[in-house]
Amino acid sequence: MPATKFTPSIISRPIYGGLTPHGAVPALMLASGPGGEALLDLIAADPAVLPHATVIYIPEGSDLGPRLEAQGPASYVEAASYASILPRFRKLLAEALMNTRLYLAGTEGLIGQATAEALAAGMLLEAIEAEHRGSLARRMQCVHCKGITEDVTTDPFTCSHCGLSLFVRDHYSRRYAAFQGVCVDAETPGEVPPKQEIKA
Amino acid sequence: MTLQFNDETFRDDYSYHNSPDAIRRFPFPFDKDDYMYAVNMEPHGSGRAGSPFENRFDVDEHYVAEMRDREITLKEDPLRCQSLPHMELAGWDLLELIMEAKSEDYPELFSLHRDGDRWHWINRPLGIDHKFTFLDPTTLPYGPMEYITRQAQGDFAVLDQRDGNLWMEAGMVTSQADWSLDFDIGMNFFEWHAPVPLAHEMGIFQRALKFLLAIQQDAPSRRLNWTMTVNPRLDTSPENYHKWGPEKRTLTPENVGEKQYLRVELQTFFRLPRSNGLAFPIRCYLISLQDLVTVPKWGRRLHRVIRDLPDELAEYKGFTVNRPLIVEYLSRFDDGKPTSPGIFPDE
Repeated sequence: MPATKFTPSIISRPIYGGLTPHGAVPALMLASGPGGEALLDLIAADPAVLPHATVIYIPEGSDLGPRLEAQGPASYVEAASYASILPRFRKLLAEALMNTRLYLAGTEGLIGQATAEALAAGMLLEAIEAEHRGSLARRMQCVHCKGITEDVTTDPFTCSHCGLSLFVRDHYSRRYAAFQGVCVDAETPGEVPPKQEIKA
Repeated sequence: MTLQFNDETFRDDYSYHNSPDAIRRFPFPFDKDDYMYAVNMEPHGSGRAGSPFENRFDVDEHYVAEMRDREITLKEDPLRCQSLPHMELAGWDLLELIMEAKSEDYPELFSLHRDGDRWHWINRPLGIDHKFTFLDPTTLPYGPMEYITRQAQGDFAVLDQRDGNLWMEAGMVTSQADWSLDFDIGMNFFEWHAPVPLAHEMGIFQRALKFLLAIQQDAPSRRLNWTMTVNPRLDTSPENYHKWGPEKRTLTPENVGEKQYLRVELQTFFRLPRSNGLAFPIRCYLISLQDLVTVPKWGRRLHRVIRDLPDELAEYKGFTVNRPLIVEYLSRFDDGKPTSPGIFPDE
């Protein structure tokens, strides 16, 4: 699956530059699903990234795991989900050396959450590479109850916490790694427009 | 000047009202008969006597009621006031700025006595008499920004300046025109303005940022912004949109003059001396259309502005649905005569 292309309409939305190798420096690589292909492309582009790389892979049904492990990184771990690997990821960030590079590939939700963790751990944005592969689903924060709904693919959608019908506002917070969801029928309760698939 | 503070509400029964004097000094935002975005900055702090521009922080008849409304909003949603850990020094800067300005500009209402870092602050309208140690947060009941902005009208964004940008990293936001501090905190100048239509393409934000980065100590600036609000509600937050949204659909030809308000933001910008941050107070003024048209120049002009406003702006400001009613009402106060330049009423 090729890298996902975006419409440039949303100014607060991060632009993911793709994975560019930075050679034989310590590296943390975190990928989910089709994001594994981006890591394989990165390693193919410059095998020097590999000997100092810690690779975390969340397959999400993909079968790229054995191929990634066979590349022979310094360490390799497969995780059931981002939430399950988060404590280990945090520890790796806390112990990361000064010149460590972070390579992220997968859904926007994964990239955003991992970026926020890395920034909170003191990593510079310039040290983070990201490539969006796979689902266009968005991670949404309900502006009303503050709950996060993962993998939103329609606009409007139902908040998984408070149940309000929310539309997707073109506003993105790096801190929350989420777009803003706002009540769609606030002025005319009950009048919810038909759902449309999110296409960008 | 003797100020009488109104006993009034900004929710439920909406007993908010403007005295004849408050109408006369309202910060009408249109200096001509049409409107488009502009970086409309001017020096702040010594404007026309009696106007909201006379002092650095305007204190008017709504002061006590506004502080009461802020307290209600904060009780319901403490996330309206947030400060990232590195912003505490900027909070002290802001506290000093407001205490100095208010005690100098309104000595009958506020007093500040300083003996080194031992400060004594008296706020007579709110009945506060408090001794504390400057820069020692354990001597205040809240963080410094929260403490002082619970005593100052308007919202406050406190911006850090680094990497050639401004970062919204602290704020007290309870009277906002549909933006969320909790969502926007940590964003830079371009990011938090992302939802604004047209202005990015016009280069407005690039020019505004350049100007703001260069603001110097003791040389504050200001600009006016505006929108329309049904009912005199301060808390038009996105957080509570599902609660106040239905009120927007209650306008009728009979009640539009009474229920439709012009909402004006007096935005000011102050460089903070210790943190090099920027204080960005956003003071909200509300006036009903029926009060506004008692100034004939304003009635004529507002009619022309609202009638001719580009659709995108009416949409962004959220009054597309009520625009026909508003224009119809205001047209009754526009006799087609020319208007004088500038924002102030004709003498």
